[in-house]
Formats: sequence, C-alpha cells, structure tokens
Amino acid sequence: MNAIFKRELRAYFNAPLGYVLIAVAYFFTNYYYFTYNLYGNTTDFSTLYSMLFSVVLFLVPVLTMRLLSEEKRSKTDQLLLTAPVSRAGIVLGKYFAAVVVYLLAISGTLVDAVITSFVAPVDWPSVIGNFLGIALLGLALIAVCLFLSSLTESQVIAAVMGFAVSLFLVLVDAISYVVSGAFWKTLFSYLSFSARYEPFTLGVVDLPGAVFFLSVSALFLVFSIMTLERRRWM
Amino acid sequence: MIEVKHLVKRYGEKEALKGISFSVEPGEVVGLLGLNGAGKSTTMNILTGYISASSGSVTIDGRDIANEPAACKQQIGYLPEQFSFYPDMRVSEYLDFVCDLKGYPADRAKRKAHLAAICARVGISQMTGRMIRNLSKGYRQRVGFAQALVGNPKVLILDEPTVGLDPSQIIEIRQLIKDSGRESTVIVSSHILSEIQAICSRVIVIHEGRVIADDAPDRLMQNIQANHRLVIRVKGTQKEIESALGGIPKVRSVKPMPQRELGTQDVLVEGKPGADLRADVFFALARANLPLLHTYGGELSLEDVFLHLTGRDGAREEAL
Repeated sequence: MNAIFKRELRAYFNAPLGYVLIAVAYFFTNYYYFTYNLYGNTTDFSTLYSMLFSVVLFLVPVLTMRLLSEEKRSKTDQLLLTAPVSRAGIVLGKYFAAVVVYLLAISGTLVDAVITSFVAPVDWPSVIGNFLGIALLGLALIAVCLFLSSLTESQVIAAVMGFAVSLFLVLVDAISYVVSGAFWKTLFSYLSFSARYEPFTLGVVDLPGAVFFLSVSALFLVFSIMTLERRRWM
Repeated sequence: MIEVKHLVKRYGEKEALKGISFSVEPGEVVGLLGLNGAGKSTTMNILTGYISASSGSVTIDGRDIANEPAACKQQIGYLPEQFSFYPDMRVSEYLDFVCDLKGYPADRAKRKAHLAAICARVGISQMTGRMIRNLSKGYRQRVGFAQALVGNPKVLILDEPTVGLDPSQIIEIRQLIKDSGRESTVIVSSHILSEIQAICSRVIVIHEGRVIADDAPDRLMQNIQANHRLVIRVKGTQKEIESALGGIPKVRSVKPMPQRELGTQDVLVEGKPGADLRADVFFALARANLPLLHTYGGELSLEDVFLHLTGRDGAREEAL
C-alpha cells in the first residue's frame, strides 16, 4: 500500500494537477474569507465552510477521476495487479494519496483562522468542528468518486459521473420535499450529504454524521476493491 | 518450479483455454508458441495472477497462486505484451517504485546497488535520469525487462518480448533472455517460430486453447522428417531433369520452380510421405551427367512443425 500511496502522491505533484487543485481551493477559500469574514467583520467561520461545500463537490471528481480509470486505459494496472500487493492495498494507497491532497486543499481555512486569531478571538471549537465536517465530507466523496473511476477507462467519464453524483447529492434534499410517501422522504433525507454536513457548520461534532460519512467511505472503498477483483474473473 | 494443471479460462461463451497442463523445471527456458489468439497471453496472465482461471490450478514453487497470490507473485518477474509505464516518471523513479511494489528492502545502498546491476545488465545505465516517455521503443522494452528483474525473481514471464523492435534490438533482447535463463526459470511467448528456436530449450505449442506439442525444438523437428520433399538446383534443362528423375520409383512429381541462376533449373521433387529421396536423386542425376548444385528443403523449420501439428500441413502441400 505504501508504494502505491507514495507513487500517487508524487504523481499529483509531478504534474500540475495537485498544485492547481490546491490553488483553486485556496482561491475560493480566501475569496469567501474576504467577502464574509474580512468584509463582514466577523470571526465566525461557519459561513465560509458552508460555502466551501459546493466547491468541494466540484473539486473531488477532478481529484479522483484518473486514479483507477487511467491505470486501466494505459494498462499500467498490469504491473500493480501482478505485483505482490493486494487489491485492497492498491485502492487504499490511491485513496489515502487523494485524501492527503484534499486535506492540503482545504487547509486554507485553518490558515485563515490562524491569521484571524492574531487580530481577534476565534471560536476554535467551531472552526475545528467545521474542518472535521468538511474533511469527513471529502473522505466520503473521494471514496464515491474513486469507485466511479474504477468503473471506466475514461477520465472524462469518471469526472462527469462524479459531477453528476455530486449534483445528485445536492439535489437529493429537494427530492425529499417533492416525493410523496414517508419511506421515500426518509430515504432521501438519509442520503443527503448536505443535511449530514449542516450540524458541523454549527460547530457541532455530530457523531451520526461522522459515522455516516465514514460508513459511506468504507462502503465505496469495498465497492472499488470488488470492481478490481471482478476484473480478474471477466 | 511451475506446475500448471488443467487450466480452463472462459470469457463469457468463449473458452480461451481448454485444459492446459504443463510443468517447468527450475532453470528451464520454455517457449510458449502459438498463433495470435491461441491462448498464450491468457495462460501468462493466469500464471502471473493478473486474471484468474475458470478452473484448474497453477502452483509456483509449491504454492498455489489462487490461495497464496502475494507469495507467488513475489517469485515472478513479468514483462507484459504491451509494457506500459507512467509517463510522469523517470527510469530511476520507476524502478524505485517497482522495488517498493515488490517489497525490496528499503536500505538505500543495497537498493541502489541492485538497480545499478540490473540497469547495467539490460544496458540502460545511461538512461536512468530520462523520462520513460522520451525513450525509444527499444529502450522502453529494456526498462520493462529491468522492472521484471527487480528482486531477482525465480521465475521470469515474458509475453512477446521482441514485438515491435528492430532486428538489432531483437538480437539484444534475445541475448538478455538467454542470460536470464542462467539464474531464473523463464517462460517466453512468441508467435515467431525462429525466436523460440533461438532462445528456448523447450517449446510448448498452444493451439486454440490446447497444448498440442511439448518438446525440445530440435526433437520436435526430428519427429517430422521432410526428406520426401526437396528443392534442388541442377545444371540442365527441365526436360533432362524430369527424364533423369522419372526413373526413381519413390518420386511422385517433379515440378519446375522459378529459375534463379542462368543455365540452371530449380525443381521441386516430391516423393511418398516418409520416403528419403536425397540419395536416389543424387545418383539418378549423376548417372544422367547432370551436376547437382544445391539441395534445399530437407530440413524442417519450426514453422513446418507448427503447421504439421496444427493440421495445416495438408493445406500447405496443396498450395505448393
């Protein structure tokens, strides 16, 4: 797993992708920081984090789109799958590399909080709760998009499917208002990422939310491993 | 070292392997020979653990690849048919990554010495700082060979290692394979008969998912003699040759071939299958005072063996 993790992490920074993603995340973080915190003269970071939610939905599919699809297209997966590394090791190595880049990308919020703390008191429990929330959201989304990347040989299709799933996760709230029937309403509200994320923006470390995001991550990582395993039998 | 038993692989309805069995002893250099689509790559993919067999078993050094994949893969160096690389990596980075993948000790000095020895062996010592994407096809193939050698694997599996290379590169890669045979058990696939003949001490012929022959290349050829069919060049006319050879009871036909040398005639002499015409043809021509300048075709190429084994011999003879 370590070998794959190291290679993937290096791949993000050997090519511009890692830098571009982090730069874009920092740009939007600081844009919101400027408009809400500096211009609004407040140390409350909750608005900044809730605005980042939609940015993350678009960043993650780009972060993960090539991870498994590109290996399959270029047949570099032959080296990995014939090496003494388990399929789980391959998936987890790639997953954690993407998670590290993601954490670097969202770390701009903490930098802003530290800078703010020099001039005004910052509500740290709220900032940490918010950061934890967006980190957990990212963990789950990366797992979902990694799985999508394992389904196709095309990075573009992986990214488009990732955007579609991200948008669905945003729209799923609206669907729960529209559908009739208690079962469907409950189902769609359970599936809602934004509803799960909401308590974190209030500075609450929401245990059910955390369990939800971690479970989604684990589930989709298992799906990705199964997809690789399935290829052996096709 | 390698034991393959009753391998069957189905791709949906299609049965690519129909019960392949063979075993390979340590230090053997074995060629898998077959036409494109015969099942060579599928067999190799199963041997390396890239895909799983529908049924049957593969054991490497006594371990079943289905039950202990990591331990088996540790023993194998694999060069796939299409060697793919990460375009963003340099040769040294790539080989270092392969060391990590194969669990080679992280000790920098030991690893450096190991990689330096491999690079020197495959002739890429000068290329380690280059991006793999900028290398020529021949050098890329050598990088592929180098990654297969990482960790000194006991088994080397090379899938069509010389495809797409120019003649001098082919000779170099063949020499590398021969040299590797001194330290590892080697299985190399090819659809080029002369290649197997040049490299391997044993050939396994696969056709339509089955093993149809398994022997030393020379012995395989001995099994099928072709001295009943000779191409000869004689100083004389077609008519003179025909009348001289017509008296030999074993001769069935004497067909003219295109003339290649002024004042001579090339003919194809065919006798009954199994008959050895060489001495009779020589004496008959001598008696008629017709000098015999060349004799071709008595020795079989592996191609003849292959055509014979796959039952296409008849078709070829008809074509002649």
